Amino acid sequence: MIPTLFRIDERNDEFEGTFTLRLCAPTGNRPAAFSPGQFNMLYAFGTGEVPISMSGSLDDDDAYVHTIRCQGLATRTIERLNKGDVIGVRGPFGRGWPLDTIAGKEVLIIAGGLGLAPLRPVIYQLLNGHHGARRVRLFYGARRPRELLYYREFERWADAIDITVTVDHADHVDRAWKGRVGVITEPLEAARISSAGTIAFLCGPEVMMRFCIHTLLKKGLPESAIYLSMERNMKCATGLCGHCQWGPNFVCKDGPVFCYGSVRSWFNLRAL
Amino acid sequence: MQKFLLQADDLDVLIQVIAREGHRLIGPTLRDGAIVYDDIHSVSDLPRDWTDDQEKGRYRLRKRGDGAYFGYAAGPHSWKQFLQLPRRPVWRAERDANGVQIIAIEEMAPRLAFMGVRSCELHAIAIQDRVFLEGPFRNDDYDKRRQPLLLIAVNCTAPAATCFCTSMNTGPEVTLPADLTMTEVMDGDAHYFLIDAGTGRGEHILKQLPLTPAQARQQALAQKSIQHAAEQMEQGPRSFDSSDVKDLLYRNYESPEWELVADRCLSCANCTMACPTCFCSTVEDTTDLTGENAERWERWDSCFTADFSYITGGAVRADTRSRYRQWMTHKLATWHDQFDSSGCVGCGRCIAWCPVGIDLTEELLRIREMENQ
Repeated sequence: MIPTLFRIDERNDEFEGTFTLRLCAPTGNRPAAFSPGQFNMLYAFGTGEVPISMSGSLDDDDAYVHTIRCQGLATRTIERLNKGDVIGVRGPFGRGWPLDTIAGKEVLIIAGGLGLAPLRPVIYQLLNGHHGARRVRLFYGARRPRELLYYREFERWADAIDITVTVDHADHVDRAWKGRVGVITEPLEAARISSAGTIAFLCGPEVMMRFCIHTLLKKGLPESAIYLSMERNMKCATGLCGHCQWGPNFVCKDGPVFCYGSVRSWFNLRAL
Repeated sequence: MQKFLLQADDLDVLIQVIAREGHRLIGPTLRDGAIVYDDIHSVSDLPRDWTDDQEKGRYRLRKRGDGAYFGYAAGPHSWKQFLQLPRRPVWRAERDANGVQIIAIEEMAPRLAFMGVRSCELHAIAIQDRVFLEGPFRNDDYDKRRQPLLLIAVNCTAPAATCFCTSMNTGPEVTLPADLTMTEVMDGDAHYFLIDAGTGRGEHILKQLPLTPAQARQQALAQKSIQHAAEQMEQGPRSFDSSDVKDLLYRNYESPEWELVADRCLSCANCTMACPTCFCSTVEDTTDLTGENAERWERWDSCFTADFSYITGGAVRADTRSRYRQWMTHKLATWHDQFDSSGCVGCGRCIAWCPVGIDLTEELLRIREMENQ
C-alpha cells in the first residue's frame, strides 16, 4: 500500500516542538472519511512513516488535521515542512471511540498531554450536539501551562463542556498561571461522578491512564464504560508487520481504542 | 487416494517435469555443512545419503549409508524466505520541480515449486497463509508468490532429536493438502517413493511420470517408517501435552521462569529468523546522496531487538525477560486468539539454532513446574 500525496494547507505551531497540520487531498479529491480515534500513517520523504491520530473535525471533510510532536527523525522531518509542501498519507486505520453508545450518557473526556489530540474530534462532535450526550466533562492535564494543547479553543468549548485543567509544574516562566497544579487524578477524585449512565474516554501516557482508571473504578464506573487509546510501535498499520502486538491484540487493527473491560488483563501487565 | 510407485532412479524425471511445467524448483541441497533450500536443477543437487544430528545449539551432518534423498530433518532454512522475502523493495519516491511521486515497486513473482516439504512445514505455510491472507488487509506480495506455488510434500521418516511435531499435532505424516505427497522407502535393495496427487495439478504431473501401482506391502512399509518416526518423537524427552499450553502461559506472565531464561538468552533473534512461522517485518526508508530519490524496503524483523517495541520515551520491552516472554507467549498462546492455531509447528529449529541452547520445550516444562511449586 503506497502513500497518497497530500498538500499541507495550513500549519500552526501549538507550542515548542508541537504543531498542527491541515492536509488536503490531491486536486480536489475528498479524502476517505474517518471516525474519531482513528489514525493515519504520515510519510516524511526518505525518513519514515509515523502513526498520527486524527485531531480535526468530521465536518472538515476536505482535509485531515494532525497534531504532531517532534520526537524522532520522521517527525523532525515533518516539522520542517511548510504550507504548500507535500506529505505522504496512508489511512485512516484502526477502530475509534464508540460514539454510537453515548446517547443519554454523561461523557468524561480524560486526556493527558498530547492525548487530547485524538479526543478533539470527539469534542467537536459533542459541541455540535451530535450523538445525544447528556453532559460532557473534560479533565485535561499537561506538563506545563505553556504545553496546554488547543488552549485557545477552551473558551469556546466551555459553553458546552465543563473543563478542568491541571498542570504538573508551573515554574517562574508561567507566573501568570492561576490554575490548578498537580496530577489529573486529584480533580477526578474530587468530582461527583455517577456510576450509572457515564462513559469515560481516556488518552494519555499509560501511567496517567492507569491511575485515572483506578479512580474511575473506585467511583463505581463499570469496566465496560471505560475506553482508552493505546500507543505501540507501528510499521504497517494493517496487522501484518507484528510490531504493535499487545497481548493477543494488534493495536493498529483491533485498537487503538479499546474497552478497558476487554483488555484489563493486558493493560495491567508491564513491558507487554 | 490411489498411490503409485516412483523408482528412486526416476526421481530426476519428476524434477525435469516440474521444470518443464514452468516452475522454479526449490528443494534441499548441501551447502556450508548444512542442508538448506535452494534451486534444484537435477537429482544431483539433492543431499543424497546425508542426514543431520541435532541437539540444543548443535547441528551436524553425517552420512546415512543408505543413499536416501530425504533422510534429514528441518535445517536452518525454512520455506518462508521464498514467500515472505527477507528483504524486498516496496516503493520508490522521487522529488523534482513538479513535486513528489511515489511509485510502487512490483517485482515479478516466480512460479515456485517446493520439493521435500515436511508436514510441519505445510502447517507453517498454512499458518503464514492465515496471517497474510485472511486478515482485513492482505499481504499482496506474499499472495502473488503463494498462489502459483506447487507443493511436493515428503513424509518425514527421519526426525531429529529436536523435533516435537507429534506434540504440536503437525506431523510427521502429511495430512494437509499438497499437490503431490511422497514417502521415501528403502526396501532391501529396492529404493522407491510412494507418490500420490492431492490436486489436479498434481495429477497432471503424475501422468508424465514412469509409475507403477503401489502394492499393499510397499504401502505398509511406507506407513511403518512414518509410524516409526512418530514413535521416536513420542518417546523422546521433548514430547509434551500441548493442549493446555495457551492457558498455562496466560496464567504465567509473571512467572520467575522469565528471569531465568533471560539470564541465558542473548536476545540475538536467531530463533525468530529460523522459525518457519515468525512473520514480523519492518521497513527501512532511505534516500540517495542527492536527497531527491527515496526508497522503502521491507525486511524481516524480530521481537528480540530493542527497536522493535520503540515508542516515544523508549522501548516498551526494554529487557530480555519481556522479549523472550513476548516471543514464547505469542508463539504458543496469543497466536491462538489471533489466528485460531498455535504459532509453533514443533520443527525444533529454534532449539538447534539457539547459540546458547535454549530449548522451548524445556522452558515450557519449567514454567509448569514452577507454577506447581
